[in-house]
Amino acid sequence: MTALLQFWSSHLGELLQLVRQHLMLVIVSTGVATAIGLPAGILAARRPVIGRPLLAIANVAQTIPSLALFGFLLPLPFIGGVGPRTALVTLTLYALLPIVRTTVAGLRSLDRAVLDAGVAMGMTASQLLLMVELPLALPSIVAGVRVAAVVGVGTATIAAAIGAGGLGEYIFRGLSMVDTTMILAGAVPAAVLALIVDGALAALEGVMRAERPRPRTLAAAGLGALVVVVALVSPAFAGRGGAVVTVGSKNFTEQIILGEIVAQAIEAEGGAVNRKLNLGGTFICDRAVRSGDIDVYVEYTGTAVTAVFHDTVPHDPVAALDLARRRYAAAGLTAGDRLGFDNTFAILVRGTDARAHGLRSIDDLSRVQTDWTPGFGYEFLQRADGYPGLVKTYGLSFAHAPRAMELSLIYKALASRQVDVIAGDATSALIDALDLVRLDDTRRYFPPYDAVPVVRTAALLQHPIISRALRRLAGAISEKDMRAMNRAVDVDHADPRLVAKRFLADH
Amino acid sequence: MTSVPSIVQFDRVSFAYPARAPVLQCVSFDVPKGDLLALVGRSGAGKSTILKLVNRLLLPQSGRVEVEGRDTREWSGIPLRRRIGYVLQDVGLFPHMTVAENVGLVPRLEKWDPARTRTRVRTLLDLVGLPADAYAARRPHELSGGQRQRVGVARALAVDPPIMLMDEPFGALDPITRVEIRREFTRIRRELGTTVLLVTHDLSEAFALATRIGVLDDGELIVCDAPEVVAASRDPRVRKFLDTVTPLP
Repeated sequence: MTALLQFWSSHLGELLQLVRQHLMLVIVSTGVATAIGLPAGILAARRPVIGRPLLAIANVAQTIPSLALFGFLLPLPFIGGVGPRTALVTLTLYALLPIVRTTVAGLRSLDRAVLDAGVAMGMTASQLLLMVELPLALPSIVAGVRVAAVVGVGTATIAAAIGAGGLGEYIFRGLSMVDTTMILAGAVPAAVLALIVDGALAALEGVMRAERPRPRTLAAAGLGALVVVVALVSPAFAGRGGAVVTVGSKNFTEQIILGEIVAQAIEAEGGAVNRKLNLGGTFICDRAVRSGDIDVYVEYTGTAVTAVFHDTVPHDPVAALDLARRRYAAAGLTAGDRLGFDNTFAILVRGTDARAHGLRSIDDLSRVQTDWTPGFGYEFLQRADGYPGLVKTYGLSFAHAPRAMELSLIYKALASRQVDVIAGDATSALIDALDLVRLDDTRRYFPPYDAVPVVRTAALLQHPIISRALRRLAGAISEKDMRAMNRAVDVDHADPRLVAKRFLADH
Repeated sequence: MTSVPSIVQFDRVSFAYPARAPVLQCVSFDVPKGDLLALVGRSGAGKSTILKLVNRLLLPQSGRVEVEGRDTREWSGIPLRRRIGYVLQDVGLFPHMTVAENVGLVPRLEKWDPARTRTRVRTLLDLVGLPADAYAARRPHELSGGQRQRVGVARALAVDPPIMLMDEPFGALDPITRVEIRREFTRIRRELGTTVLLVTHDLSEAFALATRIGVLDDGELIVCDAPEVVAASRDPRVRKFLDTVTPLP
């Protein structure tokens, strides 16, 4: 608790900025969804022929997992890309269903006699809608907006995965650094925000059910809301201009540190940097750099060849880099020089188990496979160079199906005995911190994963400072350096920015 | 018959909803200006359908309905309806509007200036026995059933329509209120000279209010005449209807 309060007080400015971004995402998406959903709901209520498929589409949109939707939207022009735009599109899609549905329900539940009276008094269709139907359905519509906004507060936390900011930034950062305090630092304000939004709209709904607000009151409320939105949105978007080079990274500690190192190296050359760190997995970073949403991020040769280009990785590191370079060049990207370390997969077990069973290499797992449950990240389970190949090469067959889990949770899951063997990073700080043992890859199953910067060739030509910065980093980061920096952030909770700064000062 | 011109005229009107048995068959009658025609008959005899044909909520399949000498097919629905007051059994007051806003609605649709509307609303509320100072700002749910009916009548009268259609307007009231409101209604009608088509299943109401009574039986208008003529009718179908329902008070 004290740790949490301390974190907030020391990050107050950043916290407020994230709350602002979060609210901006929710308010703008709910506003746009209302502007679209209200007319769509009216149409759906009038014409069931249109209404039924419309509601069906909205229902389907609701069932798509938000991360999947983000991934799907990223490569699209205009609405896609890394940043708030994609998040707003996604959040708007999610907010549409409740608004359309309650608009339809509100309009359909109106008293027939009241509508008949309106028609018989000589109201035109639009007069009936504006003077009778909408005012009477308003409480129901507001209830839908309320649901949409509250769901939006929750869903907006995921927006951090694609660089849209908001309180999810703390949650994702906390997850990747295995830092519960930081997770709570984002999750608690998000929950409070949801309660506040819910309470405020519930009060509005109550006022509307009790009495129709006077147009003047409505206008005042609308104006007030507009002022709040403008006040919130303008600083959230400020500072986006002027950035020259955009540096991205995936969503784990090492990537964030490397992103910071690249960013600060460019800044040291006099460039301005826009950071879009913590962007999600390989897929999202690759899409982002191809579409120009980011200019540079650090990739690993093995990952590039298999996951990006769906090819087989040569086991010779130089050949692997050459292959990656050729493939990237064809896509308008340049793979730079190796940074100096190889973050290949490490098959890890608990130290106690290793000593009890005398486990030294991956072959030895055949002795314990009948009782053990493996746990792997989603990517590792899917990729040909991941789990399927591993069991084939070593002739393993675990009794229990492997559990899929978020990469950032996997070390803790191993230490807390939820799973018994995991695939981790060779450079992970937690190997020592949690008393884990790395089993030797005697059959050389895992290909090389040398870290290399991947840069948009166009950006490289446009900004020579990028080349200068990267030249300085070539071969500069050893495996020992990387593990130490990971430990500083993951175990000692140092700020990745400072860790990167210290590293650059020494090199 | 009379030298006063008809304001509503049905000429061999038949009507049926799609794929259903006919509701009205070859119905003809005239309503002279200032008359109150009460339409009686069992439920489903076609009484309410006649009202909906007058304000063009429905159009006849054959025959002509004329309002103020013009076929309803030639009228546009909106201006026609604004010349016709309509009072329904369940009133249909707008729950989100005050009494004054309900009564002033048609004037507002007709784009009267607000001052004129306000004056008109006060006059009408006084007319139906609901003083504006006490009632104008209330909402329908704050009124009794009888008060709601009065507001319904006031609303229908707002732009001084030459014609009023009333569908069981006093049905839901207790007997004392009913007598009271009928008396007031007759006074108002005489004062304004409004032509009224009234649907009721209550024969005593028809005889108390009407200048002419039309009896509908299974879609046919079997008699349409002055109350005393209807009462003395020897037509077996008329007799059967008069004798099977509540006797006269």
